[in-house]
Amino acid sequence: MVSRKIILRFGEETSGKPIIYHLVKDFDLIVNIIKARINPAKEGTMVLEITGKNYDRGIAFLNEQNIKVQMLDEHVVHNKESCTSCGVCTTACPTGALYLKRPEMQVVFDSSKCIVCQQCVKVCPVKAMEVCFD
Amino acid sequence: MSISRTYDEINEKIKSGKVVVVTAEEVVSIVKDKGIKKATQEIDVVTTGTFGPMCSSGAFLNFGHSNPRIRMSKVWLNDVPAYTGIAAVDAYIGATEPKEGDPLNTNHPGKFSYGGGHVIEDLVRRKPVLLRAYSYGTDCYPRKEIKTTITLDSINEAFLFNPRNAYQNYNCAVNLSNKTIYTYMGMLKPNLENAHYSTSGQLSPLLKDPYFMTIGIGTRIFLGGGIGYVAWHGTQHFPSMLKDNKGQELHPSGGTIAVIGDLKQMDARYIRGCSFLGYGCTMAVGIGVPIPILNEEVMEWAAKSDEELFAPVVDYSDEYPNFNSKGLGVVSYAELKKGEIEVLGKRVKTAPLSSYPMAVEIASKLKEWIKLGKFELTKPVQKLPNANDGIVVNFLDDKGKK
Ligand code: SF4
Ligand code: SF4
Repeated sequence: MVSRKIILRFGEETSGKPIIYHLVKDFDLIVNIIKARINPAKEGTMVLEITGKNYDRGIAFLNEQNIKVQMLDEHVVHNKESCTSCGVCTTACPTGALYLKRPEMQVVFDSSKCIVCQQCVKVCPVKAMEVCFD
Repeated sequence: MSISRTYDEINEKIKSGKVVVVTAEEVVSIVKDKGIKKATQEIDVVTTGTFGPMCSSGAFLNFGHSNPRIRMSKVWLNDVPAYTGIAAVDAYIGATEPKEGDPLNTNHPGKFSYGGGHVIEDLVRRKPVLLRAYSYGTDCYPRKEIKTTITLDSINEAFLFNPRNAYQNYNCAVNLSNKTIYTYMGMLKPNLENAHYSTSGQLSPLLKDPYFMTIGIGTRIFLGGGIGYVAWHGTQHFPSMLKDNKGQELHPSGGTIAVIGDLKQMDARYIRGCSFLGYGCTMAVGIGVPIPILNEEVMEWAAKSDEELFAPVVDYSDEYPNFNSKGLGVVSYAELKKGEIEVLGKRVKTAPLSSYPMAVEIASKLKEWIKLGKFELTKPVQKLPNANDGIVVNFLDDKGKK
């Protein structure tokens, strides 16, 4: 199932509409509101995590409502200064993005293979793997 | 004729800059090329190294007296409780103590983001640390409360005293159950999906002097980037012979050392607070021990390679917690480092918990110190009990067990 983080930007005319309700009710999506802010001029931004089969239809609906949808590029960074090359993340990583370079046993991060599942972020004992957003 | 040299002879060579030092990794190929005899003739010292999570670590601190004086009875450092039942302004901060109010494992697996090991790392990084203390007040120590910040330089003494470090050898942990488990050996996936091990193998200090022929009380060591000493044998020092499934004797295993050293000399590169998902907090410690090549026998052990050193495979879903032996056998460090081992007929992916590159770095650093004349070797004032001393392991008798 698709699960993505998106940023919605809407103006005064759309900020009053029950869009979350529609996403849930009409498209059967799981919506997790990460952040929401509406300014006094009734313009707002909202960061959502949307999960569900009808993800694409939900996004199309938002576009129809004149809401600007922007993908949140979430990625994981490897802090080399902090990493001790202990290696414990390498069996947690499902894609081989984190691997041991042999024979030195140095831990290497290949971001092109990373699917941002964040397993490494959870298991790294010294918090050398971090989630970043652009 | 057999070769022998003394500590004094080695130290003379260190002073004159003529000492020959190699790391415990380098010595393996040298001995393979030249043979034990020639290598023993040429090499004076072999340096070992290890860097990994080491529970049973902590630091004694003396904060200095406040005015008016306080006799602390409860102390927190950055909200992590420290033990102060020693003296008025003395405390011991243990590496595995979580921050007060940590949700622990209530939302399993807990994160254990900050604990005693992190406090020690922050002190070493010269970061300010919040000190809070309470007292019941006495005539000589009237103050009942204090809240202030300290740094490593603002307090009197700070020394690391780790009651059990540098395990001679350690289990290779697997999970035979059908659910993920969260252990001090990391996250172990169900049905033998991964295997975690935790020593530096051929660089590991106590594996390279398995009978404690040279490592003893008073041995000067690299500790956390500074100079430390072996203070005693470690707690749970149970040296015994490791055997394979057929009962074949391999090498001694199970020894530990208690170490002491000035925290003010240490470097946060080698002292790191750690959080193990679903398990708790601890601290990674860097230790390097020099092995003086006194004779060929010492060299024979110091030259053992990853192919000749073994770890027992232990199931952490049942065997470890409940003492139900599964007889999973042993694997060599060479196999473990290749990335895959075989357990019960299944190929299992391996990962270390202790950093091999850091172990190399520590052994190399210690080698440099010795070569530059900054570090002389000490003869132990007393030997540690070894695998031939028949140490008996005691278990806790919980009489109320249902
Ligand atoms: S986020 Fe997932 S895929 Fe990416 S490196 Fe971490 S464990 Fe591997
Ligand atoms: S678990 Fe963390 S410290 Fe260990 S190798 Fe992976 S990123 Fe580095």
